[in-house]
Amino acid sequence: MESRNTNIFALIDKPTVVIYLLLVLWGWFSIYAASYNYDGTSIFSLDGRAGKQLLWIGCACIVAFVIMMFDTRLLEAYAYPIYAVTILILILTIFIAPNVKGSHSWIVMGPVSIQPAEFSKFAVALCLARFMSAYNFILKRPENMIRAILIIVVPLLIIILQKETGTALVYLAFVLVLFREGMSGLILLAGIGSITYFILALKYAETYWGITPVGEFFVLLLTNIVLIIMTSSKYNKRGAFRIMLYITLACALVAGITNIFTPVNWAYTLYVAIAINSIYTFILSLKVNSAKLLQPIAVAILSIIFLFSVNYIFNSVLEPHQQARIKVSFGMEDDPRGAGYNVNQSKIAIGSGGFLGKGYLAGTQTKLKYVPEQDTDFIFCTVGEELGFLGSTALLILYTALILRIIYISERQRDAFGRIYGYCVASIFTFHLAINVGMVLGISPVIGIPLPFFSYGGSSLWGFTILLFTLLRIDTSRTGRI
Amino acid sequence: MRKDYNLEKRKYIIGGIVVTIALIYIIRLFMLQVVDTDYRRHAEGNAFLRKTQYPSRGLIYDREGRLVVYNQPAYDVMMIPREVKDFDTLAFCQAIDITKEEFDTRVARMKDRRYNPGYSSYTPQVLISQMSAEEYGRLQEVLYKFSGIYVQNRIIRQYNYDIAGSLLGNIREVSATDIANDAYYKAGDYTGDLGIEKSYERYLRGEKGVEILLRDARGRIKGEYEDGIYNVAPISGKNLTLSIDAELQAYGEYLMQNKIGAIVAIEPSTGEILALVSAPTYKPSTLVGRERGKNYAKLVSDKYKPLYDRTIMGVYPPGSTFKPTQSLIFLQEGITNLNTLYPCYGGFISGKLKVGCHAHPAPIAMKPALATSCNAYFCYGFKAMLDNRKKYERTDEAFTLWKDYIVSMGYGYKLGIDLPGEKRGFIPNSEYYDKYYSKGRWRALTIISVAIGQGEVLATPLQIANLSATIANRGYYYTPHVVKEIQDTIIDSTYTTPHKTMVDSKHYEDIVEGMRMAVTEGTCRIGEIEGTDLCGKTGTAQNPHGRDHSAFMGFAPRNNPKIAIAVYVENAGFGATYAVPIGSLMIEKYLNDTIATNRKELEKRMATSNTIIYSGVKKH
Repeated sequence: MESRNTNIFALIDKPTVVIYLLLVLWGWFSIYAASYNYDGTSIFSLDGRAGKQLLWIGCACIVAFVIMMFDTRLLEAYAYPIYAVTILILILTIFIAPNVKGSHSWIVMGPVSIQPAEFSKFAVALCLARFMSAYNFILKRPENMIRAILIIVVPLLIIILQKETGTALVYLAFVLVLFREGMSGLILLAGIGSITYFILALKYAETYWGITPVGEFFVLLLTNIVLIIMTSSKYNKRGAFRIMLYITLACALVAGITNIFTPVNWAYTLYVAIAINSIYTFILSLKVNSAKLLQPIAVAILSIIFLFSVNYIFNSVLEPHQQARIKVSFGMEDDPRGAGYNVNQSKIAIGSGGFLGKGYLAGTQTKLKYVPEQDTDFIFCTVGEELGFLGSTALLILYTALILRIIYISERQRDAFGRIYGYCVASIFTFHLAINVGMVLGISPVIGIPLPFFSYGGSSLWGFTILLFTLLRIDTSRTGRI
Repeated sequence: MRKDYNLEKRKYIIGGIVVTIALIYIIRLFMLQVVDTDYRRHAEGNAFLRKTQYPSRGLIYDREGRLVVYNQPAYDVMMIPREVKDFDTLAFCQAIDITKEEFDTRVARMKDRRYNPGYSSYTPQVLISQMSAEEYGRLQEVLYKFSGIYVQNRIIRQYNYDIAGSLLGNIREVSATDIANDAYYKAGDYTGDLGIEKSYERYLRGEKGVEILLRDARGRIKGEYEDGIYNVAPISGKNLTLSIDAELQAYGEYLMQNKIGAIVAIEPSTGEILALVSAPTYKPSTLVGRERGKNYAKLVSDKYKPLYDRTIMGVYPPGSTFKPTQSLIFLQEGITNLNTLYPCYGGFISGKLKVGCHAHPAPIAMKPALATSCNAYFCYGFKAMLDNRKKYERTDEAFTLWKDYIVSMGYGYKLGIDLPGEKRGFIPNSEYYDKYYSKGRWRALTIISVAIGQGEVLATPLQIANLSATIANRGYYYTPHVVKEIQDTIIDSTYTTPHKTMVDSKHYEDIVEGMRMAVTEGTCRIGEIEGTDLCGKTGTAQNPHGRDHSAFMGFAPRNNPKIAIAVYVENAGFGATYAVPIGSLMIEKYLNDTIATNRKELEKRMATSNTIIYSGVKKH
């Protein structure tokens, strides 16, 4: 036993542990700064949130230690039962959880409240890793794909029923895992593309250059570029790229000349260019008799359909408060008292930090409670205000380093279970970082999810710790299982 | 172990996505934190409540060091409308002892941009101004109950000598124009209005300080920013010492009651004004505190115009007090000498033109002419000057020279007293008559009345007193001023530079002699003060508004004069009836501190007589 323990701690990935400890401690100091009240509550006092967080950190260390003692093969073996129990608990939570700010996601046990949704990510990651690491598993098979998606979507839907939409959206991050394990890149591209189109189309929906709607113009321009690149990459002769570029330029020239006499809607010019380029691509596909060349045309048509449906989705599908949040985060609407208050105040807090920041505990905006939720979802503001551009950039680099290190660890696993599980962890962290910091910076919509290891709260800290240290435990056994 | 190397490449795409997101966020952070400086300003606006610390306004002393004007604390109740929550209106009204209706009117008025152009629901607005200490005490006990209500300490003026309303001026709230013209002022600030409070505002107001308080998102004050190291303490305004003698001023006001007119007394050797009485006057204390608006409106609508400072704004025909200037010009230009005699049989007669005179021996020389105030003498002299073709080529040339002499004696332009609103009076020039009568169509006889201070000539009582000071000084004057010293500041050199007239000082001695004779044997005999050789000159000025104005100009003692004076009483008749006694009583009071027993009767008569009844105002 003795020698085995030594082994495990010698084999543990030290860079990750160092980054983890740095983040957790930095988080603890930030929580103290965020809840600092001018009344001098000690950073250790259990009356203050910093003191409590220290307690949670202590517990997290015990949890991490226990995990390191654990035989992870058991986790792999019991992945399905764990998943099943988690789903049951999630369903149960809807009924037994009290109403906290409209959501039913906290189970209260005496003085301790636990949010099962924070732990269910772990169960989903295990289950997904177990399912996809099966021998001869090929994701591209429809039945496999459907099952993998079900594993992800079932808890997602249950959490939406708990009215914790933010937490539920985290499960979308598993798309990255599916992509790594063989899902078509087109789906990822379509995903990223739709988000980009959606943002462009909405952000500039009411902006016009002359009679040209700017949003529409950009989406069509992107569509045309994607069409040209896809066609020319699938038709391996240089000429295609040049001809399609000439077609586009010719359309622009005709429109430019017309523009002298009468104002031109440049979006229409792009419709014409896309149409001619699509016809050209179609001719090429007939010429080489390849169905592959129909893909770019399909993408172009889908893009245009998507463009038309954005306004419909936005106006008819989304709820008014969701519309408002999106509009505010795109800067389409200035509403510093209503939905934009949080984002506006967080931008003020961060912006006022300047290059070097106001100094630890010297931030006025966070101290005076201008930023709501400043020790949980908006904790990044405290760093931005007090440590400035330098501090916040350092924090972002630290997170990026952690995620890249997790990807590196995942890739060095010899079995698929470890790798897939590792990618699950990386995806979850990426999503949390992107949405949380994006929200605070006023880039992404306001979705209340915590910043890993930083935001105040035991549940999220333990959840992330379990996720990370399970990977590290799996990583220590990679050499022993050759 | 299956390992798909094609799929493994995808780690770069996933890593790339992570790095791209981080880069976008770093760029965004750079834009927010380094490029855009707006957020810093917003943050300060958010968190800092800049509470103005009002400086104590400078005190005002009289020339003897007696405190005249000082400060008393008052309290403005301020409301930040945005921060008012769960307001118990009834309890608040009870605390400050007003009715609900009154409260509603005040709030409506506060929010009405016509009355309150600087209204903003985010900044403190004056709800009730200038509460007394007792009222404040009652409110203070319950102040914590009313969020969004603050009390701003202010000062209001108090007067030890409740005199010289128009000289001292008063304090009012700044207007939109004040705020636009001077960055010092913010809405709700006070500024000097009229008098010294206005002209010395820059010295009296001091420097405002600021206390930077931290305010949390709910508007609660969380203490001082950085323990107050960025606070700026207010700097008190500078104290002023007036050249005014408060006792003399009060005495002048006592004598001038129920009269319309002015007294200006100057110390000739310095140009310091000893008393500046405008009648009717008002008590400066009436324009203090919450009653100010009502009282001010009352003063504005008063038909005797007490707000109108007659000492520097009233322009009157100087009448016979102007005659010494003529004597001086005649002597300097060699038009007459002391022995030149002019006839006077009931006045100056030339063809159809007649300027009347009273009975006195004739023909007459200059000194007796001054003593008896002979109109004819000065008309002949003036005509002799303007018609002197040996000396001057044309009439207008002679008259231009005449005008230059008069201007050098302080007439026709503002003297530059350190008070707002001074008028320049009027001395016509050749161009004026060229325009009026057309060029070359006027001569001495056309404009003869200017020689006796009538006609177009107009002067302020200040200018008349200044002439007296010039004669007392034998040929120069200092710009008259009411502020003797400004604390820690050197007084403007304009007040310490002598202005010489165009007449040699030797000629002044003869004028002094003539003015002394006026007291000993001429028109000013009633003004004789035992033991003091008073020199004087009466004036009885005709005017279009009714009875003649009674005027007096004089100084004493004859050598090393201590006080020069001008008294002007509207519609009071002969100079000797009111102006001379009042002027001589003022001089006696100043020089001797007391009035001789044998003159008590005169003093009483002056103080109790009412000449307002003769004023033009009374008639309609």
